[in-house]
Amino acid sequence: MQEFLQLVVSGIATGGIFASLALALVLIYNAMGLVNFAQGEMAMLATFVAYSLVNRGMSFWIAFPVTLVLAFGGGIVIQRVVIKPAERAPVLTLVIITLGLATLVNGLAGFIWGYVPRSFPSPFSPDSVDLAGVFISYRDLGVIAVSGLVLLCVYLLLQHTTVGLTLRAAAHHPEASRLLGVQVSWMLALGWGLASAVGAVSGMMVAPILLLEPNMMQTIIIYAFAAAVLGGIESPLGAVVGGLIVGVTVNLAGSYIPGVGGDLQLAVGLGIIVAVLILRPNGLFGRAAVRRV
Amino acid sequence: MGRKAPGFAAVAAFLLSVGACGGGITPTTQTDVGITSNSILLGTTNALSGAAAAYGTIANAENAYFTHVNNNQGGVNGRKITFKILDDGYNPAQTVPLTKQLVEQDQVFAMFSGLGTQTQTSVREYLNSKKVPQLFVATGATTWGKDFNSNQWTLSWQPPYQGEARIYAKDVLANHPNASIGVLYQNDDYGQDYLKGLTDGLGDKASTMIKDKESYDVTAANPFAQLTKLKGAGVDTVFLFSTPKPTIQSLAFITAGLHWEPTIYLNSVSNPQVYMGLAAKSGAALKNVTSVGYIKDPTDPQWAGDEGMKLYKQVIANCSTCNVNDGFNIYGVAVAYTMVDVIKQAGSNLTRANIMKIASSQLNESNPFLLPGIKVTTTSSDHFPIMQEQVITWAGTGWKLQGSLIDERGTIK
Repeated sequence: MQEFLQLVVSGIATGGIFASLALALVLIYNAMGLVNFAQGEMAMLATFVAYSLVNRGMSFWIAFPVTLVLAFGGGIVIQRVVIKPAERAPVLTLVIITLGLATLVNGLAGFIWGYVPRSFPSPFSPDSVDLAGVFISYRDLGVIAVSGLVLLCVYLLLQHTTVGLTLRAAAHHPEASRLLGVQVSWMLALGWGLASAVGAVSGMMVAPILLLEPNMMQTIIIYAFAAAVLGGIESPLGAVVGGLIVGVTVNLAGSYIPGVGGDLQLAVGLGIIVAVLILRPNGLFGRAAVRRV
Repeated sequence: MGRKAPGFAAVAAFLLSVGACGGGITPTTQTDVGITSNSILLGTTNALSGAAAAYGTIANAENAYFTHVNNNQGGVNGRKITFKILDDGYNPAQTVPLTKQLVEQDQVFAMFSGLGTQTQTSVREYLNSKKVPQLFVATGATTWGKDFNSNQWTLSWQPPYQGEARIYAKDVLANHPNASIGVLYQNDDYGQDYLKGLTDGLGDKASTMIKDKESYDVTAANPFAQLTKLKGAGVDTVFLFSTPKPTIQSLAFITAGLHWEPTIYLNSVSNPQVYMGLAAKSGAALKNVTSVGYIKDPTDPQWAGDEGMKLYKQVIANCSTCNVNDGFNIYGVAVAYTMVDVIKQAGSNLTRANIMKIASSQLNESNPFLLPGIKVTTTSSDHFPIMQEQVITWAGTGWKLQGSLIDERGTIK
């Protein structure tokens, strides 16, 4: 029983990591109706920026907001330079662009910082709390708490501010928004900036646990996709719940379903994506797409 | 086709005249593709980018040694070594075309120290069919030495993983005879090679001593669930047969995440000091950690006055991107030393066949970068160049050598 509980707890902890990146994916989906395959790599790059700042003697608590601002600006620049020229192109073109961007950012980080893993400072102790023999580390709790905080901010922004409303309108009804005077193109850029900043939070939270190196987010992004799809790709709450479910499922499936073991964890993640797309295409928290024909 | 004929004839005529000139000088040495009177061309593929790019520095360190030999000794027997390094990103799909490029376009004399088990396996058949030496591949898979007879143009250098695991088995039997063992291993040839060595080494005790085996996939975010299972299985001794990143994660998780203090055996792939430091920073207690070594550790103060270490530091200064304390760099310099040794021994008979003959059956070298007493040896019936290693334990800031060299030569059939 204790082992089962420990597996659940460590699944929740790992799920928190998936959730934090899934939030950024959801945000960009809300902003422009597509998934950004470069999200993980952008988060990794932002984390390296934070690492460099801390390494030059800046305190973590100053480097953190500075990195968020830089990531926000970087996201906007990327949208303006790379995405805008292809704005009216088919979705597939944009997806391929984000894939290319992922490779480019990964190579760039490797070129600048090399591939040897580095430790990244964490505001939380590496130690863990003992809950009757089941342990959960402060860092994992930190990831979950910060993800919850980001979730709250994203929710408030999207649902309770004019900017959020304009953002969603620009993504889903660009023509109508344009007629109403919304600067659609800049709204998309804003969405990229926000997603980039949320990704940066994720990167800085998970780097102490996963170790910082250019490929840090590559294993995470698939699970983050699974989390986002499971939760309903439009729903920030869904992303967090989806992340936790994926984390726990992967852990338990690996331990208790014969034949899965540690070998097929990724397959379980992909299986979740496929199953959700077949059984409930809108995810747990997504709304069914209604289209008048 | 017909239109090409004049061109072909011209080339043929040119070649004939070149041949005639060559005949006129009558070189005293017998040579091969990739050798001129003053140069030797070697090629390699390494992971300069991608998931395993931490190893990429090995190629640069090797080049640093060749530069050292070229500058300070005028090359080997008057020939300077040119080393062409291509980046395969640790991806066999790239290793194949890049190796073909090196062999067919660049016309290298030999491939040297290609990195990775799967990547090098993907070109083994090609290089053997072309009779191009695939020397001292940078992987500890047991197959290189074991299957030499069916691939006589391929040879590795470092101790095989199975030999290393057998040393752990000996150490456990001697020091922890009542151990209850749990193994974490990567679910590929690499992890299974280690597991087999451990199982073989424990002999008939294996089934009672090994309580649980948990594998992880390279694509997993972390091996935390597997470690939780191992703790749940009640083992008191953990073997980590894992690459650096999951190893660091494991060491940290065992202490900080599970409040657990098992005896830990750590495979040499992940024991460079820089990784141990990272594990400590991530919260690992690093108590009772055992591994093995065969190369001098640049960060170990006991080698401060050592001639080999002084030479290493002088050599590695030729590489501006190489971190002098990175264990991979002294590995690169050490294996390049053996390569130069082989070319030197070939003397005036510098052919691919002779190089292979020397490397695979006539090596008997004391390498200044390896632990004292280690002999790099091959014979007509033994093709594992390095088979001696020494147990090391972590002493807070560095590895401490324990006991004496353990020789596993002849144990792997």
